[in-house]
Amino acid sequence: MIGMDEKLSFFKDGLRLDGRLPDELRPIKVEVGVLARADGSCYMEMGDNKVIAAVYGPREVHPRHLQEVTRAIVRYRYNMASFSVEERKRPGPDRRSYEVSKVSREALEPVILTSYFPRSVVDIFVEVLQADAGTRTAGINAASVALADAGIPMKSLISSCAAGKVGGEIVLDPMKLEDNFGEADVPIAMTPAGEITLLQMDGRLSKEELKRALELAKAGCQQIYEIQRKVLVDRYSHMNEMESCDEAVAEEEI
Amino acid sequence: MDRMDRNVVVPGDLLSDDPKRAGEGTYVKDGSVRSLLYGMASSYKDKVRVIPLAGKYVPTPGDTVIGTVQDIVFSNWIININSPYEGLLHISELPRKIEMNEMSKYLRIGGSVMIRVKDVDSTMKVELTMNDRRLGTLTRGRVAEINPTRVPRLIGKGGSMINMLKKELNCNIFVGQNGRIWVDGNDDDMDLALKTVLIIEKEAHTTGLTDRILEFLRVEKEARS
Repeated sequence: MIGMDEKLSFFKDGLRLDGRLPDELRPIKVEVGVLARADGSCYMEMGDNKVIAAVYGPREVHPRHLQEVTRAIVRYRYNMASFSVEERKRPGPDRRSYEVSKVSREALEPVILTSYFPRSVVDIFVEVLQADAGTRTAGINAASVALADAGIPMKSLISSCAAGKVGGEIVLDPMKLEDNFGEADVPIAMTPAGEITLLQMDGRLSKEELKRALELAKAGCQQIYEIQRKVLVDRYSHMNEMESCDEAVAEEEI
Repeated sequence: MDRMDRNVVVPGDLLSDDPKRAGEGTYVKDGSVRSLLYGMASSYKDKVRVIPLAGKYVPTPGDTVIGTVQDIVFSNWIININSPYEGLLHISELPRKIEMNEMSKYLRIGGSVMIRVKDVDSTMKVELTMNDRRLGTLTRGRVAEINPTRVPRLIGKGGSMINMLKKELNCNIFVGQNGRIWVDGNDDDMDLALKTVLIIEKEAHTTGLTDRILEFLRVEKEARS
């Protein structure tokens, strides 16, 4: 990492170091159903972040004592590959990944209808293949699409992105340089209706700045939602009509 | 933004502004009907409902399913029914009386059974029964597995698809509601039957499938003879 010169600016002619406008997301690429063995899966790129999400379940809970009699439990494991960052990341869970797993689970759990599947578990695994600031938001976005792909009943999808403050200005979706040398980072997750399920803040912001950051992040989430929705719909776009097989019952003799 | 009728919907999509129209796979929020699932929205009678494109089998009383014996415990067989929940078959649910020490003689671990869901309670304890002439252990044929959400398509409207398959393939075919399919016939016919079933699973959401499958079978059979 090259040391940041004090005089070096985050902006040049009103554009950011990677050529984006302050309220512009990084390019997003999504693919659904990439893993054959998972019940639902999604690969997502948000700028230079590359994550893959796999959903299993509802399935039997192991170990048994974790099971809840009236509802399904949700488990979320966020893991960074050792090659995902510049310096090799020591493999295995650490304080940071425990935290990210917990907040991500709590970002998704409110929309999952856990009461439909008592005594079962929905397992979500998110693997970060390449990190460039904003992996938790990318993970939540991918996990949300993978949950839909697995056929899990949900009230809505969840979209997530961050806003930050760099060089005194509020920007959407900070990339690594901006995150490392910026003043604040505010990741959020929300439903398309605007209900926030994740809100974190790292750094210092004034009340007005936080308001502006939320505004930006919410607008970013709406854009991401449209992408998530489109990728799911397009997967079956060649279908216009499924012949209705209502009330088909198996009636056979042996 | 009415995303209705034979359209792909994702969870949260608006289906109707009339809460009375809420059908299967939907929920009502602030007076509007929204989708709970990733699936196909369709009108059914005066309701809107969403047919899922993916998901696990959830046992419902009355379903006929194909299971495999996982374990034998005190007077019960534990049956895997391709679902998050295992089924219990009590010895009293067999068509004839069996002694407890003879359980594994009648039905071993690993054996396949055609079975009916008798009861499911609120904690998802699944009770099974074999007390019907059409149910029993499977001793011949093969079992294949497809996604349970594709089962209605494999059966077809009023059984059109499955009856066509049975006629064209000269096989006895049974489709369990849990996505397991049993076929019985001569080896070549069974090979073709299983191949066809997998095609139907993959293309379940396309139109004119029955005709295309019929054509596929004709070509395959010609190539064989």
